[in-house]
Amino acid sequence: MTDPIRELTAQLASDPQSLVFLELGEALRNRGQPAVAYKVARMGVGRYPELAAAHDLLARILADQGDRHAAAEAWRRVLELAPGHLGANKGLAFLAFRAGDPEGALPFLESALGAAPDDEGLAIAVQRVRLALDGSAARRATAAAPSAPVALRGAEGFEPFEEARGVVLLDAQGLRLAGTLEAPDGSDVSDAVAAHLQGVSREASRAARLLDLGAWESVTAESTDGHLLVLPPTPSTVLLLLRDARVPVGRLGLIAEQAARAARRWLERLA
Amino acid sequence: MRNLGEALERVTRVAGIRGAMLVAEADGLVVAEALAEGLDGAAVAALAASLTLRLRRTATSAGLAVPHVVQLRAERGTVLSVPVGDDLLLVAVAERDANLGLARLELRQAAVQLGS
Repeated sequence: MTDPIRELTAQLASDPQSLVFLELGEALRNRGQPAVAYKVARMGVGRYPELAAAHDLLARILADQGDRHAAAEAWRRVLELAPGHLGANKGLAFLAFRAGDPEGALPFLESALGAAPDDEGLAIAVQRVRLALDGSAARRATAAAPSAPVALRGAEGFEPFEEARGVVLLDAQGLRLAGTLEAPDGSDVSDAVAAHLQGVSREASRAARLLDLGAWESVTAESTDGHLLVLPPTPSTVLLLLRDARVPVGRLGLIAEQAARAARRWLERLA
Repeated sequence: MRNLGEALERVTRVAGIRGAMLVAEADGLVVAEALAEGLDGAAVAALAASLTLRLRRTATSAGLAVPHVVQLRAERGTVLSVPVGDDLLLVAVAERDANLGLARLELRQAAVQLGS
């Protein structure tokens, strides 16, 4: 197998007008080379200023780099070029949510759900944001999208997420569905970890597939002061457990399996 | 380089280990490898380095120290990665029924051997 990045770079060099920059930029982004990915995306936007996919790629790279303002600007440009663009709506929702503005996130999430009505993660995210808003905002939102699933019932009645400060369940967009993560110093790191976790899931899935190892089951990172375990309870969710380093990794795996089963039951109740 | 060969052999001696390799963490390129036939070293190196980097970011964002072992478990096998110094990773690919406890131990000792 050849290195895909090398191959795509060669393709782009031989045909600089080619749209292969989109694939190359994404591959570099997935490999954790944001600076090079940014240059590729910028070059692509320069060559194809009317191409929504080029601005979308640039926006995702900027969001990875934490430049929310520039990322939002790029996604807004995508929506100008391609109204209803799924990725741009999700991206703008994510940025608003991360900025502590669920009300600002909701219209983008609803537009995204309109474009992808079967996306379970999006439906849950919409409900979660609605619940975070006050009653009048939630009523307005419900009236605007009456076909969306109704409630996040049981979020408070589910023991793994109630007792634990070391379990978090995320949807496919990296939005938190339930649970809280605390760092060893007691600070809430749920959203910071969630931002990275979506990439881990994608990376694990890709690595297992390309190495012919079948579906990925879990990823574990062991540190001197704690262990992280990530696993996918369903194809569109990711569960992360964080435990003190005194908890043996094998035991953490058993705890994670139990939590994954509970998460599946919980998600079924929501459906 | 003798130490390098010895360190890789130490890991590949464990039953069920299909290969071990030393990888540059920054770019995922192979530094040295001892792999079973059919295992694509370049792919293993790139994917393991990328995944390890992401796990490191996730762990540090959770307030944890840099991981000393990263493990990807899949249906038909496992990929293990441990840091060697600041710039390298020692990576092993194990079959599903490999003795992972022993593999992790040998991997960490080999990493110490290489880092010293």
